Amino acid sequence: MTVKVTTTVNGGQVSGDVEPNTLLVHFIRETLGLTGTHVGCDTSQCGACTVHFDGVPIKSCTLLALQAEGHDVTTIEGIGEPGHLHPMQAAFQENHGLQCGFCTPGMIMAGIGIVERNKGGLTEETIRHELEGNICRCTGYHNIVKSIAAAARDM
Amino acid sequence: MYNFTYHRAGSVDAAAAKLAEGDDPKLLAGGMTLLPTMKQRLAMPSDLVDLNEIGELKGITVSGGTVTIGAMTRHAEVAASAEVRQAIPALAKLAGLIGDPSVRNRGTIGGSIANNDPSADYPAAVVGLGATVVTNKREIAGDDFFTGMFETALEDGEIVTAVRFPVPEKAAYCKFPNPASRYAVVGVMVAKTAGGVRVAVTGAGPCVFRQADMEKALSSNFSADALSGITQPADDLNDDIHASAAYRASLVAVGAKRAVAEIA
Repeated sequence: MTVKVTTTVNGGQVSGDVEPNTLLVHFIRETLGLTGTHVGCDTSQCGACTVHFDGVPIKSCTLLALQAEGHDVTTIEGIGEPGHLHPMQAAFQENHGLQCGFCTPGMIMAGIGIVERNKGGLTEETIRHELEGNICRCTGYHNIVKSIAAAARDM
Repeated sequence: MYNFTYHRAGSVDAAAAKLAEGDDPKLLAGGMTLLPTMKQRLAMPSDLVDLNEIGELKGITVSGGTVTIGAMTRHAEVAASAEVRQAIPALAKLAGLIGDPSVRNRGTIGGSIANNDPSADYPAAVVGLGATVVTNKREIAGDDFFTGMFETALEDGEIVTAVRFPVPEKAAYCKFPNPASRYAVVGVMVAKTAGGVRVAVTGAGPCVFRQADMEKALSSNFSADALSGITQPADDLNDDIHASAAYRASLVAVGAKRAVAEIA
């Protein structure tokens, strides 16, 4: 039996009918058609599904869509657009912080969280440590770390 | 995962009422273990009672030598709390070592201790600091709360509402994390408290336990040297692909020494 959920996604109110066992990431991708948020492992390890929930990064494969009722969700589509990229998106572009790009939306959403948690000063060590919940199979992380450090200077 | 009926509880009483009605209900706290477990169909509750909207279960208060943490307080809040960092730095550090940042933004202390994963961090804090677990029905001493692998003293329909930590004279937590999952292969909390020295070990065995030999040695001489020659028996310790029982036993001794060295 479906249940109605109403939530705010990227600043606009949206609603849909979902099964109780619908994950937030599937609501975002399939009901709302926002396919920038990816499903990698589906076991809350890889971080490809990272979105912001009430302003902080969470793994949307490990939250029920119904739990978003009345909350505020921001996906990769909500932070910038072509021509007006978020500083974190621009930094990934400039520093070649991606190869295949599958993990990138999650990396960017997690990266924004890292910068916001460490306003007092962000070291490379902190970036590497706090990226532990996001897995990239291509880059070896080096340019991702460089991208986040660069974005921290512009945010 | 199998489907279920979802209930959003607005209060502890409402959650308790829903819990009493269901066929095979479960409480949904942070969901960081429960939802992955349900995806694997290792758990198939008929009903989920969501505690996330209950304000009375959230928050941290420090007063009169006690740190009280609401059951639905996220790990990230405990790790970042200036009050916890000041009163019990080892507790804030422990919370900041759980999982990864996104997991810490959802996972809760109540969910962690109620699940009692043998490799979870919080059981070491609850036992090592001599905390008290507060439920909607009673108060349970930390020493009596964890009864076995994934088993606790909680009864059907009982909901953890808060954990009260007495502020120790000093305490330190040393953890050897699994490099992939960040769960504790071994974690050791050492605390010098008004009631004596406590050494609690998580990750090593099927359930958190106190290391009595180490507590005794540290009671007369609170230094890392006092632990020289004390070994942790490997019997009954966990033995799996991540670490052998003998390796875990060795990590207990090393972890205890490092924790003591940090504060002695």
